[in-house]
Amino acid sequence: MDALEILFTASFWVAAIRIASPLIFATMGELICERAGVLNLGIEGIMTAGAFAGWFTVYSGGDLWAGLLVAALVGAMFGLLHATLTVPLGLSQHVVGIGVTLLATSLTYFIYRLALPEVTSPPKIEPFQPLPIPGLSSIPVFGEALFTQTPLTYLAFVSVAAVAWILYRTPIGLAVRAAGENPSAVEAQGISVTGIRMGAVVIGSALMAVGGAFLTTSAFNSFFFQMINGRGWICIALVVFGSWRPGKALIGAILFAAFDAYQVRLQQISGGIVPYQIFLMMPYALSILALILVARRATYPKALMITYQKGER
Amino acid sequence: MPDEELPFAGSAHSLPWTGKEASPATPLPVTDVSSNPALRLSRISKRFGPLKANEAISFDLKRGEVIALLGENGAGKTTLMNILFGHYVADEGSVEAFGEPLPPGDPRAALDAGIGMVHQHFTLADNMTVQENIALGTQSLWRMRLDRAAAQRRIEQLSADFGLAVDPAATVSTLSVGERQRVEILKALYREARILILDEPTAVLTPAETDALFRTLKLLVAKGLSIIFISHKLHEVMAVSDRVLVLRSGYLVGERETGSTDRKELAALMVGQEVKPAEVSPVKLGAPLLALEGVSTAPYNGAGLDKVSLTLTAGEITGLAGVAGNGQAVLAGLIAGIRRPTSGSISIAGREVADWSPRAALAHGVARIPEDRHAIGSIGDMSVTENVIAERYRSPRFSRMGFLNWKAAGRFAEKLIADYDVKCPSPEARIRLLSGGNMQKLILGRALDPDPAVILASQPTRGLDVGAVAYVHRMLLEARDRGAAILLISEDLEEVLALSDRIIVMSKGRFSTPSSRGERTIRELGDLMAGHSGEHSDHAA
Repeated sequence: MDALEILFTASFWVAAIRIASPLIFATMGELICERAGVLNLGIEGIMTAGAFAGWFTVYSGGDLWAGLLVAALVGAMFGLLHATLTVPLGLSQHVVGIGVTLLATSLTYFIYRLALPEVTSPPKIEPFQPLPIPGLSSIPVFGEALFTQTPLTYLAFVSVAAVAWILYRTPIGLAVRAAGENPSAVEAQGISVTGIRMGAVVIGSALMAVGGAFLTTSAFNSFFFQMINGRGWICIALVVFGSWRPGKALIGAILFAAFDAYQVRLQQISGGIVPYQIFLMMPYALSILALILVARRATYPKALMITYQKGER
Repeated sequence: MPDEELPFAGSAHSLPWTGKEASPATPLPVTDVSSNPALRLSRISKRFGPLKANEAISFDLKRGEVIALLGENGAGKTTLMNILFGHYVADEGSVEAFGEPLPPGDPRAALDAGIGMVHQHFTLADNMTVQENIALGTQSLWRMRLDRAAAQRRIEQLSADFGLAVDPAATVSTLSVGERQRVEILKALYREARILILDEPTAVLTPAETDALFRTLKLLVAKGLSIIFISHKLHEVMAVSDRVLVLRSGYLVGERETGSTDRKELAALMVGQEVKPAEVSPVKLGAPLLALEGVSTAPYNGAGLDKVSLTLTAGEITGLAGVAGNGQAVLAGLIAGIRRPTSGSISIAGREVADWSPRAALAHGVARIPEDRHAIGSIGDMSVTENVIAERYRSPRFSRMGFLNWKAAGRFAEKLIADYDVKCPSPEARIRLLSGGNMQKLILGRALDPDPAVILASQPTRGLDVGAVAYVHRMLLEARDRGAAILLISEDLEEVLALSDRIIVMSKGRFSTPSSRGERTIRELGDLMAGHSGEHSDHAA
């Protein structure tokens, strides 16, 4: 099979969409936070915590959906911590974000070790199974790629539509967007900036955790250390790539995932002549290129990372 | 709102604005509500640290009345209105709207009570449309769908009723300042505001936009709204208000019916003493200090310079008048060292300077008072001390071997604060917390302290109140009498006429022939500014 043919196989696109799914959840989560004016660098740790919480719930006998719910709640709790420190207390969003990532990651590993002190190979669970959509899934390539996925992937796409709808079609979405652009506009219309921003960070963090849980309950079937592997940071870049718009960010997530799926297949056909690290690097190098091309024109939320405190001049 | 027909509305609270009658001890009957004033402020006090922003301020706003709140920058006008609207919580005192007490620190309650506020710095989200900005917060946050159609209809209706033309679908970032202000007024009307507070509404408007705003205000009053108009411009206050309240240093120092007072009296109340125009002593010309010879530049913010020549002489103020965008910005940048000439030469005291830069300008004794004190003149989040040494931190007075001498810097800041009568909490305060006039005094002090040879003053009194304007003028004239060569660039013709020993009009990057003090009338200068005369010359000045 040569390098171009890969692009026309269904299995390649099935993989690309699967790889994109956790990125989509987490990117939507980050996008909500940033639209409200809060940079959430806790994303990497919150995804780790979500991955573990989802998996551990199922491993302890819970339902898969219960696992997802627990992951979301754990994410929301870390979101609440982040929001409390950055919004009403006005601490540096960078420092708090990195702190939350370190805390959530370390705490997760710690609890894993406490709960499973003896294991050497990570225990497995029965993950979400593919749920082909009758009719649609038999469309060649396109249908197979999109409609033979697990229910969680479908949910990822629903989350994009929901975030887009909420941001652009609902009163609360207006308030979120205004909070990220000019918080005093929100305050002057009688809405609490603190409330809006904290709510956005909590909900956004829950989405990030669901993205993490996708990895342990849908893409794979166990939890292991380092499994998030920088995906959170990629999502931060995807938000910029998408100019803080859900639809564009979705395209970015799929594009990145396609690069990732492609490099795995290129490794297989290259026959070991090229060092595999070159291929591993490819999606990241291409992301940087894409960011350079796209993000220069991005219009970022003007009040992003600017703390707002009522009654302060 | 006429209430003469109500049988028991009369005598008990007649003349509510005098603030002398006791408030009724028993609750009023429901039908009597209309006799309450629109607003009643009782002994409002607010302090920021040691600074008394408001001190026991009480007044009533009658229905259908326009009150002007007059005061210098930093007199406490904006603080008072922010308390009223719930952005700040007062340390003492209470507010009643239409007879109902207003809970402190709650903008939502103020909105619900019918108070609308047009802030000095607009509170609009630039990335959203007019319609979205107006609808923000007017529909339940838990609705699953924003009712755009209803919002659209209502905005169109209000636009038509009040003559506030603006496209609801336009994104705010594309609107002019005047249009943005209309959106702010529409925001208040959309929420059925019955009291409208406008904080320095004309500061950012062109004269034509100001006239349109005044027409709108008349219409609003005719429809029964009560208005508080905050300003430090006397002619505006005289033009729009029924009653004037004067604030000074946080105290309510005077109250006049607009019909029975005049600009002079109000100015004296506002400043605390009679404001006299600056006295100009006869000019004593010295040596030429700075000369431009056939200088051209690339365009910037309008026209570039087109082979202009200019000599600034010791002991003389050269006034440069002109409509914005005709090259004044480039000329100011050039002399400040920020812009470079594409051709021509710059000489200081007769010697040509080859590498012209901000540092070279400072080293050659050119002091700068920049046009935009917020963007260029100061660094808002740095302290007063840091700002006052910003141009001279390298001098041995403020640093040694690369280490700053904070003691000397602090002493210098304290000296400027004392000498120039700057109102600020401490030298450590962030400079953006200072009012415009106080910030300008510091910048003036920073520029004048080293006794500069050349002073570049760009729009030195823009946005300042009467007292501060007179102060800046006096300082510039004193510097001139000490032998400085001053270039005054101003869009305010009265200012140019009052201060300049020599006036040049700038049009399309070139100079008119200069005229000496009193030679041309304001009208002749206006004609020159409009470019109606062909008397441009290449080697004018």
